[in-house]
Amino acid sequence: MNPTAPHAITTKGLNLWYGTFQALVDVNVALPHGLITGMIGPSGCGKTTLLRCFNRVNERYGGVTTTGEIRVLGRNIYDPDVSLIELRKAVGMVFQRPNPLPISVYENVVFGLRIHHPRRELSRARLDEAVERALTEVGLWADLKDRLHVRATSLQLEQQQKLCIARLLPLKPEVILLDEPCSALDVEGTRAIEELMCELRGRYTLIIVTHNMAQARRISDECVFMLLGQIIEHRRTEELFLHPADPRTADYVEGRYG
Amino acid sequence: MTDVPFQEPTSEVSGLEAGRPGSSPGGAAGGGRRFVRTAFVRRKERFEAWARGVFLAMAAAMIVPLVAIVGHLTYEAWPSLELEFILDVPRRGMTEGGIWPAFVGTLYLVGLSLAVAAPIGVLAAVYLNEYARDNWFNRVIQLAVINLAGVPSIVHALFGLGAFVYAARFGYSILSASLTLAIMTLPVIIASTREALAAVPRAFREACWNVGATRWQTIRSIVLPNSISGILTGVILQVSRAAGETAPIMFTGAVFYKAIARGDLFAYRLDEQCMALSMHLYTVTTQVPNVRESVPYATAVVLLASVLLVNATAIGLRLWLRNRKRW
Repeated sequence: MNPTAPHAITTKGLNLWYGTFQALVDVNVALPHGLITGMIGPSGCGKTTLLRCFNRVNERYGGVTTTGEIRVLGRNIYDPDVSLIELRKAVGMVFQRPNPLPISVYENVVFGLRIHHPRRELSRARLDEAVERALTEVGLWADLKDRLHVRATSLQLEQQQKLCIARLLPLKPEVILLDEPCSALDVEGTRAIEELMCELRGRYTLIIVTHNMAQARRISDECVFMLLGQIIEHRRTEELFLHPADPRTADYVEGRYG
Repeated sequence: MTDVPFQEPTSEVSGLEAGRPGSSPGGAAGGGRRFVRTAFVRRKERFEAWARGVFLAMAAAMIVPLVAIVGHLTYEAWPSLELEFILDVPRRGMTEGGIWPAFVGTLYLVGLSLAVAAPIGVLAAVYLNEYARDNWFNRVIQLAVINLAGVPSIVHALFGLGAFVYAARFGYSILSASLTLAIMTLPVIIASTREALAAVPRAFREACWNVGATRWQTIRSIVLPNSISGILTGVILQVSRAAGETAPIMFTGAVFYKAIARGDLFAYRLDEQCMALSMHLYTVTTQVPNVRESVPYATAVVLLASVLLVNATAIGLRLWLRNRKRW
């Protein structure tokens, strides 16, 4: 929990297998604190897998073996005394398909608080305040303040996705992982989510997996290019796109494959 | 296609016409003969109509036995069908009167067996679906569940006799019979519950995991509320099986005759034997001479109607819960 740590996440010699298939090969990467890092690469290159390693949610899917080290804010998350619950509280994830829970908008936002605090600690006032703050932060408060008790699954997709981000905020996360958060959204929705990410930049470390190179170029500060489970190149975004060092990166960003 | 060379659009033929795949090189004369039924197509269409007819007939044939059974039963049972038939006790050596002791007995047996089987089955299914990883221990459990579902009811009866009546010393009693029925319904409850749990989208679970919810919190707050209608339906549908089975209770706790008061709902103690509808039907049909003709049919109608009523309730409940929970 050291805010001056230059890197939010570092990995050392990270390997991962699904059964016998090796999905990550010797990944060594250091992702900056408080910035937006884009992860690009063709389908199946392991970028989502890597993202899921950062809060160890991979392990919930079964059949996963991991070796190596991942440090989140300086702490090795494979240390035996690390609580996965506390880890995931600090490192939240947003998915490709917005996945609000089938409960009200209000309950979606306070879901995390209810999970992590005993009932008596949660006064109505505290919950109300958390909802207002989180929804304001993602820019939904004005639209939804009179509709807090409608079912979250009935919102527009863009609102659902913002709500999924808002759901993480009351837990005061350090890192927000976004797995292709705009691929189910239209142009307007994509713009709204991108603007939101830029506003959250600085307060949270954002890591976004995307298929959309233009999107990575628009919003990320640094960019990681992956191929076949390996990190090929990791540089500042404009350098990666303008002067790629590796020919495979050059071919990919020019759209010759992928 | 090999004998039809690709034609470049020329100035005489418009590009659109000539570019069409399969347009005959003969020109406009061929256009009127396209897309007509050949003899082979007509044959295929005849087969199609015929196949459809056969399948429809088979599906429609399902209605016949149901209508025949219900109609025949009701017709034969008609002279006895009145509320008094349910409320009254059997009279004159079971040749006349009602079926109250059997009706209450079945209520006891079904109620108690579900009270045992439902919690165990649902909790086991939650474990198997939400917690179990793919290892040898859980595979053994799954194998056991599948095999238990395939055991014939007469074997369950023998097991119940050995395990509950003798080994556990419950004797021939409602308790023994209910537990036997419970074992019999368990695997089906587990299977239907797992199906209901699996129908909850994984995205909801992912959402919970990624804010740090434990598995139990995920189950409690999201999975169970969204699968409860399916779970309840699966459990309630087992009522009909438990109510209809004769062999398991015959070996463990059901008797031909038991004298209880007319309309008495609390007639049995759990360590006593009881009468049951399915058993009573067997008795009055095959074991007792000179039974009034409509009595067995009326018994069957009561059994069938009770089961259908319970199933209808299950469907109603499912619709109601599903309308409240929607994603």
